[in-house]
Amino acid sequence: MSLRLRDGGRLIDRSARMAFQFDGRSLTGFAGDTLASALLANDKMLVGRSFKYHRPRGVVASGAEEPNALVNLAQGGTFEPNQRATTTELFDGLTATSQNHWPSLEHDIGAVNSSLARFLPAGFYYKTFIHPRPFWKHIYEPFIRQSAGLGKAPKDRDADRYEHFYYFCDLVVIGGGVAGLQAARVAGEAGAKVLLLEQSAHWGGRAPVDGGEIDGRPAEAWVTDTLAVLEAMPNVTLRSRCMGAGVYDHGYLLAYERLTDHAPQADGPRHRLWRIRTQQIITATGAIERPLSFAGNDIPGVMLASAVRDYVVNYGVAPGQRTVVVTNNDDGYRTAICLKQAGLDVPRILDARETGGGALMEEARALGIRIDCGRAVGKVQGGKRVKSVQVCAQKGSGSALEEVACDAVAMSGGWSPVVHLWSHCGGKLVWDDVQAHFRPDADRPPLGRSGQGFVAVAGAANGALTGAVADADAMARGVVQAIGLKPGKGIAPAETQPEELPIEPVWLMPAQAKTELKAKAWLDYQNDVKVSDVQLAAREGFESVEHTKRYTTLGMATDQGKLSNINGLAILSDALGQPIPQTGTTTFRPPYTPISMGAIAGEARGDIFQPVRETPMYGWNDSNGADWEPVGHWRRPYAYVRSGETVHDAVMREVTNTRENVGLLDASTLGKLIVKGPDAGKFLDMLYTNMMSTLKPGRCRYGLMCTENGFLTDDGVVARIDEDTFLCHTTTGGADRIHAHMEEWLQTEWWDWQVYVANVTEQYAQIGVVGPKARAVLETLGGMDLSAEALPFMAWADGKIGAFDARAYRVSFSGELSYEIAVPASRGQAFWDALLEAGKAHGIMPYGTEALHIMRAEKGFIMIGDETDGTVIPQDLGLNWAISKKKDDYLGKRAQERVHMTDPDRWKLVGLETVDGSVLPDGAYAVAEGTNANGQRNMQGRVTSTYHSPTLGKGIAMGLVKHGPDRMGEVLEFPGTDGTVFKAKIVDPVFYDKDGDKQNV
Amino acid sequence: MKRYSAFAIAREALRHHSGWERAWASPEPKRKYDVIIVGAGGHGLATAYYLGKNFGITNVAVLEKGWLGGGNTGRNTTIIRSNYLQDASAAIYEKSRSLYEDLSQDLNYNVMFSPRGVMMLAQTHHEVRGYQRTAHANALQGVATEYIGPERVKELCPIICIDGPRYPVLGALWQPRGGTARHDAVAWGYARACSAMGMDIIQKCEVTGVRSEGGKVRGVETSKGPIECDKLGVVVAGHSGVLAEMAGFRLPIESVALQALVSEPIKPCMDVVVMANTVHGYMSQSDKGEMVIGGGADGYNNYTQRGSFHHIEETVRALIETFPMISRLKMLRQWGGIVDMTGDRSPILSKTPLEGCFINCGWGTGGFKAIPGSGWGMAQLMATGASPLTAEFSLDRFKEGRFIDESVAAGVAH
Ligand SMILES: Cc1cc2nc3c(=O)[nH]c(=O)nc-3n(C[C@H](O)[C@H](O)[C@H](O)COP(=O)(O)OP(=O)(O)OC[C@H]3O[C@@H](n4cnc5c(N)ncnc54)[C@H](O)[C@@H]3O)c2cc1C
Repeated sequence: MSLRLRDGGRLIDRSARMAFQFDGRSLTGFAGDTLASALLANDKMLVGRSFKYHRPRGVVASGAEEPNALVNLAQGGTFEPNQRATTTELFDGLTATSQNHWPSLEHDIGAVNSSLARFLPAGFYYKTFIHPRPFWKHIYEPFIRQSAGLGKAPKDRDADRYEHFYYFCDLVVIGGGVAGLQAARVAGEAGAKVLLLEQSAHWGGRAPVDGGEIDGRPAEAWVTDTLAVLEAMPNVTLRSRCMGAGVYDHGYLLAYERLTDHAPQADGPRHRLWRIRTQQIITATGAIERPLSFAGNDIPGVMLASAVRDYVVNYGVAPGQRTVVVTNNDDGYRTAICLKQAGLDVPRILDARETGGGALMEEARALGIRIDCGRAVGKVQGGKRVKSVQVCAQKGSGSALEEVACDAVAMSGGWSPVVHLWSHCGGKLVWDDVQAHFRPDADRPPLGRSGQGFVAVAGAANGALTGAVADADAMARGVVQAIGLKPGKGIAPAETQPEELPIEPVWLMPAQAKTELKAKAWLDYQNDVKVSDVQLAAREGFESVEHTKRYTTLGMATDQGKLSNINGLAILSDALGQPIPQTGTTTFRPPYTPISMGAIAGEARGDIFQPVRETPMYGWNDSNGADWEPVGHWRRPYAYVRSGETVHDAVMREVTNTRENVGLLDASTLGKLIVKGPDAGKFLDMLYTNMMSTLKPGRCRYGLMCTENGFLTDDGVVARIDEDTFLCHTTTGGADRIHAHMEEWLQTEWWDWQVYVANVTEQYAQIGVVGPKARAVLETLGGMDLSAEALPFMAWADGKIGAFDARAYRVSFSGELSYEIAVPASRGQAFWDALLEAGKAHGIMPYGTEALHIMRAEKGFIMIGDETDGTVIPQDLGLNWAISKKKDDYLGKRAQERVHMTDPDRWKLVGLETVDGSVLPDGAYAVAEGTNANGQRNMQGRVTSTYHSPTLGKGIAMGLVKHGPDRMGEVLEFPGTDGTVFKAKIVDPVFYDKDGDKQNV
Repeated sequence: MKRYSAFAIAREALRHHSGWERAWASPEPKRKYDVIIVGAGGHGLATAYYLGKNFGITNVAVLEKGWLGGGNTGRNTTIIRSNYLQDASAAIYEKSRSLYEDLSQDLNYNVMFSPRGVMMLAQTHHEVRGYQRTAHANALQGVATEYIGPERVKELCPIICIDGPRYPVLGALWQPRGGTARHDAVAWGYARACSAMGMDIIQKCEVTGVRSEGGKVRGVETSKGPIECDKLGVVVAGHSGVLAEMAGFRLPIESVALQALVSEPIKPCMDVVVMANTVHGYMSQSDKGEMVIGGGADGYNNYTQRGSFHHIEETVRALIETFPMISRLKMLRQWGGIVDMTGDRSPILSKTPLEGCFINCGWGTGGFKAIPGSGWGMAQLMATGASPLTAEFSLDRFKEGRFIDESVAAGVAH
């Protein structure tokens, strides 16, 4: 059984008890525990169930590599599934539940899968569930899905906050073990701006547990000293609980800081995402121990040897009372020694090497531990706990030589450097035959902008399993030079560690394991991938490591194969009869360990998900019934709804009032681009289909803009301010896009033209005063002459209206007498108020976008986004009058000459009126006889916009119809989606005031 | 080919699965084939499959520079739908979707087509109108879709927030028989079936040149030596421009990274596929339990199969807004693929200026769903010289201005 030792535990504070709950049971631990160590201290060996077979699972590791001990944490708005117990710091009041079982962890029905495992080998689902067809969707899939997934889905909205933090530095050192500390020190002393990150709450990494001396002092003391030195350096920043998550192109690095996971009551954001630009990165991310592949290596109580000693040394927890240690390298002996020194029983060390190890073996032997060389674990016996181990010869096929009773197994299969961050951005690996692992190939680093490497690796991560400090020292000196600084003169601290003999790779234990044993030898504990599965994949031709991974799901679990990948690809290589480097690895992708979606999104959520662009009258609109419509980042009032009205009622009222009296439109969102310079006219002649260079100052012109493919993309009124200056109005949605379009042409094609463009959209409040009484309202305010003579249609003028500096444009999108008046944005609300006041006697009312749309449709004016959809050219819309024949060129001209664009069969703009006065459905198509080559119903036109017109008292619509303008009076059929067929007559698109008498007064 | 079934599994279980044969052979190239397909992605393999199945042409080699299915076919988010707006698109995607319905049976390989329904949210009035239009068009094109209101959206997908402060859900275009399939299985199933017909799938065989004589294709140069053929089909997605250059013509294609990500697996909580184009993100839940997430393409051209973090950020933001509960899930893995984008964002299935050489590319961000239909049409085009499914997608359309632009209907095209 696992329990808390009477003393020891360098990270825990025995005076601070912490109460927590696991699966509803109240337990206690100490400050400094992880959830995993606290669970082990309470003899919780069984902590979860595996994914496919629902096998019992216990803690196997002590850090980020843990595949088994995943829990549902907390409740409600702070609930989180799949939380690794090994990296969850214990706090008072923590609640956790185990995952993936029903009805309970102890008695899980899903565990029948385990007895059926034989029938469920890798990829079995590709070979079955094929017949009968509907069964996949309705029976098989729901069943498979139900048993899949690990943690529960969160139900509530996240109660926490997250933030982003931007940082710039010369060097980021990732990993706060001894290598990282030394690297940071070298760079810090050379004057570099350094950020040192450590994912856990503690500095020093493995060294304080693993022992050895640095500079003649115990590792722990050296760590304390070095930290003090670093903390005193103003140019060095240290962050613990902060993980290097991903390396991206051009020195972009993500780090993930867990601020309050360990103290949920604390104020402030839960996670902080660091977005870092750095010249250089040193990854000093250490190494991860590999399991050994023997039968029953997944039974709770079988753990990594390094994890076993972590629990003893760091937390004063014994994972077992009698622990068999099995190893193929010298490091495993450290665990045996540590257990023995803690007063625990180590009945056997099984060393797969015929000749055993070096100094550490001697030390263990001196402690009285029995060591069997050339021996292996044939099989672990037990169900939810380890009961005993069958010992066999490593060279054999697994025949048991003896059985050793024990309650834990500590296994060491050698160490794999953590190369993830090195690899994210293209760093390559080499296979190290001596140490039997992949390590970074210093000659093929990820390349930065200059073509030089920008990531270096130090310490165990670099394969320096011993001598990590010296390795880091040398590496950091090189990096300091790459930054352009001079490393200091200091000499690398001396390290003393016991002499070790080389590892002997053991990918399968025993080497000739029988088939039944291989089917019980786990590679991927979470996804239930065994040695036999990888061999099956190879046999079936899934030879690429990527195929094997995908076929078996090896390494696709939440630990992304931190424990399983190397073992798996060694088995694959063996099956294919090729050396491991030829098999290669799968791709390492960010993040290093999973990071919260909340942190990725940062502060931007809810109301501030995206910035809301507000016009100067936003607040007034909001408190006066605006029914908001999002348009890009703006919000525009769709209508101003009065109490007792529906939205539709409001729209009808607004149209009628504007046509009869006067309406006010908040048109401030219209794009306003100033185009200025000696070549401005020439530039606009290229951008618009119309001739703009001939426009006189003081006048306005309606213009069309096309893409280079000829399609109509925006429209608006251009006003010439003076010889050099134009003000181009764009659609609300088009302002940023058209600004960028202009810049693109100016910067990439016509860079020698003297023109600049400024987007002044938000500098002005723009208000439409529209309707027969518009002039009367403005005259009430007094000021500039707004008579038909002084300011005729399509003219503009600067002046004063009342107390306001204003620019008045005589333009109309409704067909009524209409002024658009721009005032400085800061004066917008005051001007709006003044207009409302002055208009009172004239029945003034604000109107929204829908009334605007109806009025323009009554007049047959097109709307970008309704009549256009990226496939329509101005010629389709009868806008030939706006296309200058005099110009040699404009954007889209050549495109519009292509055969399909000049095809007489193109659909053209017409008006449509239903035979019965009803409203045509939006987006309906007019059908023609027959079907096309693909069996689709032939079509001959479609509705582009459709409304009920209160002015005409009936439905009106615009549409594009094949040969439409030549077919006036013809009736077309438009099937609805519900079976009804609408009949509509082709009519002129101008429904109201055809001669334009109303706007020209 | 030994057939797969529950019975076969039981039989093999008794002998520890020692009797399973290779899913596909691993042959050395012959000197000459009737047809060579370059690229063993889904589209290349499906083309080969229907050449054999529909036209009896089996002296075919599929050449793949890496491992089969390792391009975008093995990197995508597996959304299958056919609710496209333009006739030509609706025709080929619906053909494809309907082939997916029976694909597992046809290939004797469970590709796990799951017609769980695809929903495209309307969050602006403009989108509402766009989807209503698509629903009208689909009805005439024989594609079963429906425009639904926000309550129905919530009913079909309870984890959606329909009344968010910024972009409340106004409705959705719903295709009940859209869904997902297992991407690797699609490639593997086709590969196994091609191999069973006697076709040679040759992996780790990179095409490095195209041989022609008198304006007609003669064969290819490869990393395994020259191979002759009468007809050549180039189906290499992001590398189409490179192959076209070898064959002596140019393509209106740009290559950009498109990224995706998955969360850690959780118990089922989402039974449909949801695309939210206003905020730019989409999500579904895999059979393993991961939330599968994607968004827009990166803004610059490249070949790295990586992407920037900024897109991930935008996508995740958009989806937390749409599905607030995912805020407390964790991102397990992000990745990218290089997608081949044409000017109108629609594919090219076409003859080329080189006689005997055909091209199938430009599927960009949305070609997984099209694999069976594209293979069907491409095989017909290569075997007979014409196909109604591919006619509109010819290369000439760019010269003629005959674009097939879907951007009207959906900002993102997956
Ligand atoms: C992140 C992401 C998400 C996506 N999501 C979806 C989605 O949800 N739904 C959807 O329908 N689509 C989606 N897509 C798009 C879809 O994946 C692709 O359109 C589709 O897979 C393309 O298939 P393909 O066979 O044309 O290309 P690929 O699968 O890329 O195959 C091309 C093959 O050609 C090979 N090749 C290249 N050059 C050579 C050469 N010289 N010699 C030999 N072989 C060569 C490559 O190695 C590759 O295997 C997504 C794409 C990505 C990247």
